[in-house]
Amino acid sequence: MTNFLQLCFAGLALGALYALVALGFVVIYKSTGVINFAQGGLVILGAYLTYNAHHTWGLPFYLAVPVAMAICALVGAATERVVLRRMVGQPPFAVIMVTIGLLFILEQAVTSIWGFNQLDLGDPWGIKKVTVGGLNLAQKDLWTIVLAAAALAAFFVFFRYSRMGVAMRATAFDQEAAVAQGISARRVFAVSWAIAAAVATIAGVMLAAGGGGLHSDLDIIALLAFPAIILGGLDSPGGAIVGGIIIGITQNLTAGYQGTGANHYLGFLGGGFSSVMPYVVMIVILMVRPYGLFGTREVRRI
Amino acid sequence: MPRLRNLHMTLRYQDDLRLFRSRYARAAVLALLVGGVLFPLSFKSEFWLSVLDYAGIAAIGAIGLNLLTGYTGQVSLGHAFFIGVGAYCAVFFGGHHHVNLLIWLGAAAVIGGLIGGLVGPFALRLRGSYLAIVSLGLVFLGLHVFRNWTQLTGGPGGTSVAPPLKLGPLDFTKLQIGNQVYSRNQSFFLLIWAIVGLTALVSKNIVRSRPGRAMQAIRDRDVAAEVVGVRLARYKIGAFVVSSALAAVAGALFGAYQQFVQPDNWSLFVSIQYIAIIIVGGIGSIYGSVLGALFVGAVPQLVDRYSKSIPFVAKTAVGSSGFHLSVFQLNQIIFGALIVLFLVLEPRGLAAVWQRLKTYLRAWPFSY
Repeated sequence: MTNFLQLCFAGLALGALYALVALGFVVIYKSTGVINFAQGGLVILGAYLTYNAHHTWGLPFYLAVPVAMAICALVGAATERVVLRRMVGQPPFAVIMVTIGLLFILEQAVTSIWGFNQLDLGDPWGIKKVTVGGLNLAQKDLWTIVLAAAALAAFFVFFRYSRMGVAMRATAFDQEAAVAQGISARRVFAVSWAIAAAVATIAGVMLAAGGGGLHSDLDIIALLAFPAIILGGLDSPGGAIVGGIIIGITQNLTAGYQGTGANHYLGFLGGGFSSVMPYVVMIVILMVRPYGLFGTREVRRI
Repeated sequence: MPRLRNLHMTLRYQDDLRLFRSRYARAAVLALLVGGVLFPLSFKSEFWLSVLDYAGIAAIGAIGLNLLTGYTGQVSLGHAFFIGVGAYCAVFFGGHHHVNLLIWLGAAAVIGGLIGGLVGPFALRLRGSYLAIVSLGLVFLGLHVFRNWTQLTGGPGGTSVAPPLKLGPLDFTKLQIGNQVYSRNQSFFLLIWAIVGLTALVSKNIVRSRPGRAMQAIRDRDVAAEVVGVRLARYKIGAFVVSSALAAVAGALFGAYQQFVQPDNWSLFVSIQYIAIIIVGGIGSIYGSVLGALFVGAVPQLVDRYSKSIPFVAKTAVGSSGFHLSVFQLNQIIFGALIVLFLVLEPRGLAAVWQRLKTYLRAWPFSY
């Protein structure tokens, strides 16, 4: 039972991480209709910027993170302005491919500036643990969950009550009508990219914190977050959280119970099955609900 | 009506259905064919021959992807998986059971097509972006299977591929015509580009006839297509079958040419590369796929070759400090930039550039 709870907790932390990445996807998708494959690039860019602010510029860690978020947000908004705005009205396929191209460029830009070596982010949590009722909880995991919850709550408040948030919802609902009401769709697009990039920075920092370290392969997380957003529904921020947590827990339980030793129930599936488990869950759920758990059904008309 | 012979106007419905738009187009294709046979026989650079061989293999897969994505509008990021399936068909039928060249190539096409037919129904249930991401899952699931099915694939370490390459009197490891013996690269050039030609002909025939029109109708607006009587299930699944069969043929040839394959040969990057090929070449254009394969295949080799004369590029491994760009990184950046630039500036690809050039030359010295 302890083992199970332990796995569930680690899964929850992983799920929170997925939810953070997924939230970035959803913000962009909801307001601009773009599936942003470059999100993984923003995740590593944010993490490396934090490293740079902390080590090279000598800022304290808790200041380095917001600074990195701000720079990353600027990069995100600039990307939208320079590249994505030209793609308005193009078929979705072309837009997806543009973001894949951007991912390649971002990835290589990061490695050519900071190199391939694994770096230590210098976060204050390290591998410290807290013991609660027989469970060993990594401090970093607790922080991930707290930060994810805080980021999501802030996002919901912003989306629901702020002027910009309302403008974003209006644009997502009907772009033309929103523009007719005097909302600047351009500003909405730029802001949603900036928000996505800032959230990606948090995700990148939490990913590289703890024992993990900072390396250029971290953007693979964004590909694993896809099942989470698809599961929740592409345009539902709430769905991103639920999807992230489902995927995180499933993945961790698979990894925990597939392992060698006394409990290799799932050994026949082949080593490392936990890394493809999210996709299996995603495909199964999509077969039942083609727009995810909370996604909006597309109205089909001629 | 006067006969407007060499004006490339579409005056009648039949004009639109023709294989060649004009007698010049036919002559050009014939010249290409003759040139294609004579060219490798006189061309000795093993390096460029191997580039052309890989480009030819990519062209076959890209034509397949263009049928699915360019003509039917079903975005698939899972092309790498089908290419892998084809390569392992070559391993199993050719390498383990030593069947004839035509049989292992055919088996790859049939099995690739069958698996494509199994995946096709997903496209009926899912649309647009959802389909793209599910096909992304296919690549990862495929990689997992390829890594774990060790008897066939040799696990992550890979396996050698040695299928028979004889077809009657023709031996494609060292082709002999008359007294002249040709190298492996030259022989493969003929084999691969013959299959490219055949694939292009079959695909062109598909897209200019009834199924092709149905596919394009589905691409443009699937509900409308369904309303006018196009059977969605039939053509969507059909497009998946043909596309994955062609991908599998490309994979089988890739395995046979490279003689060694490992699961990492079928990663997501390969899928993206194929999509880049059809974007650069021209979405919804058969000869565009071939142009794109040549372009995307040749650019990394050129960068590799002339990297010494490009500033900021280090030939050695990457250090940990300072701004450092390796050839590999530069290639990745160029690759990403190609996709972005083509989509932003020329969404219809090289095929459209070529078309414009032709129009310009034809009307010269007038602007139109």
